[in-house]
Amino acid sequence: MILELLANAISTGVLLGCIYAALALGLAVSFGLLHIPNIAHPVFVVTGAFAATVFNAMGFDPLLVSLPLALVFYGAGIAFFEFYSRIYEKRGESDTMQALTLFFGVSLVIETVLVMQFGADQRSTDVDYVGQSLTLGPVVMPYRLLIPALVAPVMVTALWLYLKYTYAGIAIRAVAHDERALSVSGIDPGWIKRHAFGIAAATAAISGAALVIVGPIDPFAGRMQIGRAFAVVILAGMGSIPGTLAAGILIGVTEALVGAFGSPSWAPAVAFTMLLATLAFKPSGLFGAAR
Amino acid sequence: MSLRENAMDWAVRRTGRTPRATRSLVFALGCLAVLALGVVLTRMVDNPYVFFAGYVVIQYVALATGWNVLGGYAGYINFGPTAFYGVGVYMAAFLVKAMGAPLPVAIAAAGVAGALLGLAMGWMTLRVQGVYFAIATIALVVMAETVIHNIDYLGGASGLALMPPQAPAWAGGQPQFMLMVMLAIAVAFVALARWIEISAMGRGLRALKASEIAAECAGVPTFRLKLIACAVSGAMLAIAGAPYVYYASFIEPGTAFSLALSLNAIAMPLIGGKRSWVGPVIGALLLATVQQAASVTISSELNILVVGVVLILFVAVAPDGIVGIVEKLTRRRGA
Repeated sequence: MILELLANAISTGVLLGCIYAALALGLAVSFGLLHIPNIAHPVFVVTGAFAATVFNAMGFDPLLVSLPLALVFYGAGIAFFEFYSRIYEKRGESDTMQALTLFFGVSLVIETVLVMQFGADQRSTDVDYVGQSLTLGPVVMPYRLLIPALVAPVMVTALWLYLKYTYAGIAIRAVAHDERALSVSGIDPGWIKRHAFGIAAATAAISGAALVIVGPIDPFAGRMQIGRAFAVVILAGMGSIPGTLAAGILIGVTEALVGAFGSPSWAPAVAFTMLLATLAFKPSGLFGAAR
Repeated sequence: MSLRENAMDWAVRRTGRTPRATRSLVFALGCLAVLALGVVLTRMVDNPYVFFAGYVVIQYVALATGWNVLGGYAGYINFGPTAFYGVGVYMAAFLVKAMGAPLPVAIAAAGVAGALLGLAMGWMTLRVQGVYFAIATIALVVMAETVIHNIDYLGGASGLALMPPQAPAWAGGQPQFMLMVMLAIAVAFVALARWIEISAMGRGLRALKASEIAAECAGVPTFRLKLIACAVSGAMLAIAGAPYVYYASFIEPGTAFSLALSLNAIAMPLIGGKRSWVGPVIGALLLATVQQAASVTISSELNILVVGVVLILFVAVAPDGIVGIVEKLTRRRGA
């Protein structure tokens, strides 16, 4: 009995953790690689989720429709980065805190626009596999968790391969490492950063669609995820893409265990405790280089 | 501005004091005048709405000033001022429920709790990088709310009705008394902020804000200063929350940790100007009064939207706020 509970808690935790990793993946690029503390990223994800519900109501599959939406988000991300860099990148590093305030304001504005457009009620998607489960021995995995969770390893692998083997991907990692050196070698760091921020925004469209399949969300769902997303990125180690998946699963499993053997109402505190513990004891994270 | 300068000119000529001592004297007299005005007004105005609205506005002056000690002087943005405010509210609620504590006890206890929380947050996050502190404060609100939700003694998620001790007879009623208390707290906060600004601590904080490495090299104990600023700011935010229990008699996590409160406490110093004590006061008076007046006519969503857009505009175009704009204009006219 207790073993069954444990097995189910762990499998749910792994699935949840994959979804957390998908949420945090864009942040791993914008914060981890570009050092832009984009606290508006979870709100981008929620925007992606709302976009998915709109198209789902017309009869499209949320995950499939999120692929063309990702292109739209890529463009929006580039435009937003252009606005941000006009203001801040030129003022230099000392204004990181001001930039944070800008993102804070932007996330509030997006949230409020969502509330005014869609109301404060929860919205959900309608897909065939919701309500069914995959049973493997004692472990029961609902498809509404399993299918979006599978998105995370796919996204992580794709992004990791892109950063590792393509010209633009290598340039993105180079910009994270040394911007001056990149411009000396004849590549425009501005373009590379725009491109990377666009990719980060594009992931929000896909992970938003994944999030809204898991359960209904409201416009303020992003707020709960800010701490979790940053906890994943920092626990992974800044900019480590495969680490994001491991850190997400670690947090997801811990939350599920706390929920199963303690009380579910304590689950929101898990990510925050792990975030603080990482900052206090191992700021470089699990897979990151020392900073 | 010119009124103050004229008064200073006059005071310097009459007394022959140094400008700095004169400025402090003028400031102290101003504080006393505000307090006296508050006492007189509570006697003369009959409409109780004025006291309830006034309490909210003055509470924002206190919150904005407390936030600015860390956010403005040291440049470390605290995105979770309501975490500290809420801890103050619930500390006071606990004391009222457990022993019917009088207001001064609740305020002192809230201050200690806020300072400890600020110290703990600072110690854990400030050694790495400023960004992490800011991120951790966002999550702190979620954490604090989760903890309160799980304490049945304090009402959990559904809130708690309390019977706080009544106001003394000379005050002329609870709303009047609470307004005076909040006014006293706000004035004390502004005085403390001004003192920090002109003391060695303020110089140290400005130095580390400009460049942490340079300040460290020049012998400024940056980590200690940041920790002190965290503790002081945390204590101030928590103290601003303590009287709320006596003001409202009913508390719930939703209001004690409300987003609007956080947003305003951050937006007010940034809009007013965060380099000196004047900025948060101007920002709070302006924004809170407009909101109190507008809350009758526009929805709370629109309210937040407007504040958000104004915040973005100021951060993008006028990082030194209204005070910065005024300074720029007067300097141009002078030159």
